[in-house]
Amino acid sequence: MTKFDAVVNVLLKPGISDPQGQTIERALPALGYEGVQGVRVGKHIELSVEASSEEEAYARIQEMCERLLANPVIESYEVTVS
Amino acid sequence: MNPRVGVVVFPGSNCDLDAQKAFRDLGADVVSVWHDEETLPEVDVVVLPGGFAHGDYLRTGAIARFSPIMDAVRSFADAGGLLIGICNGFQILCEAGLLPGALRKNAGLKFLCKWVDLRVENASTPFTNAASPGDVLRIPINHFEGNWYAEPDVLDELKANDQIVLRYVDNPNGSLDDVAGICNPERNVFGLMPHPERACEALLGSTDGAVILRSILASSPSLVSAP
Amino acid sequence: MIHRDLGLTDEEYKAIQDRLGRDPSYTELAMYSVMWSEHCSYKSSRVHLRNLPTEGPHILVGPGEGAGIIEVAPGKAVAFKIESHNHPSFVEPVNGAATGVGGIVRDILSMGARPIALLDSLRFGPLDEARTRYLVDGVVHGISSYGNSIGVPTVGGEVVFEDCYAENPLVNVACLGVIDTKLMNGKATGPGNAVILIGSSTGRDGIGGASVLASAEFDDESHEKRPSVQVGDPFTEKLLIEACLELIREDLLVGFQDLGAGGISCPISEMTAKAGTGMTVRLDAVHLREPQMEPFEIMISESQERMMAVVEPGNVQRVLDICKKWGLHAGVVGRVDDGDAVKVVDGAGETIADVPAVSLADEGPVYERPYERPGWIDEIQAADPGDKEPPDLAQAFLDVLASPNVADKSWVWEQYDHMIFLGTVQGPGGDAAVIRLPDSDVAVAITADGHGRYCYLDPYEGARSAVVEAALNVACTGARPLAVTNCLNFGNPEKPDVMWQFAQAVEGIGDACKALGTPVTGGNVSFYNETSGRPIFPTPVIGMIGVLDRPDAAVGSALSGDGDVLLLLGDTDPADLGGSEFASRVHGVIAGRPPKVDLADARDMIDLLVEVAGSLSSAHDCSHGGVAISLAESAIAGGRGFDCDLPADHRFLFSESPARVVVSCAPDNARQVAEAAEKRGVTVQQIGTVGGTELRFGGFTVSLENAKHVAAHSLADALAGPTIAS
Repeated sequence: MTKFDAVVNVLLKPGISDPQGQTIERALPALGYEGVQGVRVGKHIELSVEASSEEEAYARIQEMCERLLANPVIESYEVTVS
Repeated sequence: MNPRVGVVVFPGSNCDLDAQKAFRDLGADVVSVWHDEETLPEVDVVVLPGGFAHGDYLRTGAIARFSPIMDAVRSFADAGGLLIGICNGFQILCEAGLLPGALRKNAGLKFLCKWVDLRVENASTPFTNAASPGDVLRIPINHFEGNWYAEPDVLDELKANDQIVLRYVDNPNGSLDDVAGICNPERNVFGLMPHPERACEALLGSTDGAVILRSILASSPSLVSAP
Repeated sequence: MIHRDLGLTDEEYKAIQDRLGRDPSYTELAMYSVMWSEHCSYKSSRVHLRNLPTEGPHILVGPGEGAGIIEVAPGKAVAFKIESHNHPSFVEPVNGAATGVGGIVRDILSMGARPIALLDSLRFGPLDEARTRYLVDGVVHGISSYGNSIGVPTVGGEVVFEDCYAENPLVNVACLGVIDTKLMNGKATGPGNAVILIGSSTGRDGIGGASVLASAEFDDESHEKRPSVQVGDPFTEKLLIEACLELIREDLLVGFQDLGAGGISCPISEMTAKAGTGMTVRLDAVHLREPQMEPFEIMISESQERMMAVVEPGNVQRVLDICKKWGLHAGVVGRVDDGDAVKVVDGAGETIADVPAVSLADEGPVYERPYERPGWIDEIQAADPGDKEPPDLAQAFLDVLASPNVADKSWVWEQYDHMIFLGTVQGPGGDAAVIRLPDSDVAVAITADGHGRYCYLDPYEGARSAVVEAALNVACTGARPLAVTNCLNFGNPEKPDVMWQFAQAVEGIGDACKALGTPVTGGNVSFYNETSGRPIFPTPVIGMIGVLDRPDAAVGSALSGDGDVLLLLGDTDPADLGGSEFASRVHGVIAGRPPKVDLADARDMIDLLVEVAGSLSSAHDCSHGGVAISLAESAIAGGRGFDCDLPADHRFLFSESPARVVVSCAPDNARQVAEAAEKRGVTVQQIGTVGGTELRFGGFTVSLENAKHVAAHSLADALAGPTIAS
């Protein structure tokens, strides 16, 4: 078994309103930062898992995302294993 | 025989005592059920109360749905038992897939504790049959994540099946189609963001919540089957 | 000079050497530095606080314990206390305010009480500054996220905006609890008993929170020891509340105390000093969050959500099992000893600290700091108080109504769960909150009030006014005021003028509390509230609790019956505009003399309100903005107007003469109320009737709709602007 470090980024699905992102986008020009678009706020989760291969680690984290780390009704996720 | 109500307590639940008191004041026998149990006691109604189960960490209801008691709760509902999720309980029911959709952060990005008016859209559920369609109930909300969302086809199906039970008269949180409470197609699982247990005494501002609690108790098998 | 870096003076260091007969160890010095800090030892304030009245027939426990205990009905006791979290809230508003809530809740819990209500007294700088809006947003969010999650309703408080708080906001939090099954004490009795630490792990949070520990001498190790902001974990706090109440219900605890400022050093020394025992603590048994923590760090870490319990050996397993059931970490970290020494032992069995418990807990320095009436007081009192006639009376009224100090604060309190426990008979927005105690028909009224402006102009008078206003707020609901908890927010006590303000204010509180029969059951002193040498206005905040015969007898502030008669109770002095909301808002002036309160009059007014409560439809005191604003607030709350015939004189309308109340009652009751008032020598004036959709003052008229709009939107609109963290 090897230990793999991984990062999971969870974002609201495209099309789901993201009021936090919108609020930040509205606030930035007031501070002089013009031309900022597409702000989206999500969750960044770091974890390390034991697995026999990178593929297995990836698959296990994928399953964790489906079951717990993300809510598939409103969220999408992205797994990076290193 | 008095209707028997089981109130599930998750670590971080905090409206369990209020729910117990409100049901007890209306004549129910109430028992508290710790989330770590694997079986439910003999009850007619199961309540998932409000609060911050597991601190609402990660997502509201996300961790609570995996509590040991939830398998028993699911079986209870599958067998036709009356199951109500209030606020955090509604969030848990959605996370568990017992009700459709998900609860997002309020559109105003603020926690909201205030009185709201709710319109009864479906008065033929066991949770609302003491009301009439179109009745307006004054009941408080108390949440940060009460902004209900579902895919368009899911919403269409809910509408077609009359599963939208309560709507906000003046939408406080951005909830899709003003949804405040929904039920499953079988009408025995009900989730709502407002807190009916907080509106059962004139001294506290309203007795409209008792309409919902009384509907539930009147529909409970112990009472219905009594001679 | 390590001791100086720890915030100890040379004299204090010498006192430690003399007491021990040797040089203290590194860890011992760190322990003394927190226990002898201003925050923990009250070394500058103690000589003055001694003069406060602390005893009364209802007071079961006075100052010195986790919280004061007041008997509100036969066999029914409550814990009530207020505390500040000013500096942490300025550094990191969300967590600073959140951990402020957590700290006071654990104080209440330490008495064996279930926390059932919170009040927040908040003060910020001007709202047109983006940094202020950031602080308001963060502090309110911090209180909301923590208080709501632990399931304790936030039922009232105050929010004040004033320039002097821009660089030093005040976050004072009061908590009410009800004794669950047994009143606990913080005593480590019974040598041989186990000492159990319950709750969160111990990290480097807030090291030096009570002193100043980030210094070169301590940075010779490679790893970073920078003090870090304490982060609140409301989930753990909620579990702590439930688990500890279960432990107390099962009678498993001998002694019990929270960990706050001073970390673990505080309960181990205070609990043993009170019991006349000693204690040995094993450092390797403390559950740590970070590796390689130094002994002194463990001893003074201010990690949140921790409690210490003293338990008989036979009950230890049961205590650990209950904590485990709640998902809480708990472990035996020491034992109670014969003798009087607090000993700290490391994993290798080596003694790292060994000092007399009382030397830490009770023998800290006591200072009689020099104080002197500053010359500028005379100048400011002689200056123009801002009482000139405004160009347009109606506009002046709307300006005062729109002041963020007066306007509708629902933007703030709608973010707080103010209803949980099904006891909130009257929530935020009125005079005092009225709370029905769980499973009972006993109701209490609680409020928190301060008046920085008055105290700046005259700390003695200002402090008396704060006590009277708090008592009146309680009495307006029909409750009889019983007891006080106070939070004294001041500048640097080493400055004679600040110390003079403090001495004057404490004298004022003492005189007012004696006159009103409301002893002080404890509280908190917060000094050094200044930035760049500029102190805040001296701001004593008074938490007041009163008791009602029945919860359904509570009187509200909202006008409730068309045709009701409006009565103004108390004397109006048209000269009482010094430090008023009118002077500040309309003329931009804070000067002159503040209103002088007659304590006998105040007492008569309180007795009257309690006596006639059953005959009243509403009662609301006249404070910020005077009778005009009091009337408007009652009208807006009730959704109905009034028709009054008041003098078209700003001096009458906006005068803030103390001990005045506007009441409304059914016409049939008016005579009885008037007679009761006259019997007590309280001036009563019939000023108008309730009804309609306008606020008809006599000299001018404003529509209810317009007044409501102005009051409802000013704070929310002002807070809608952008925020900046720094």
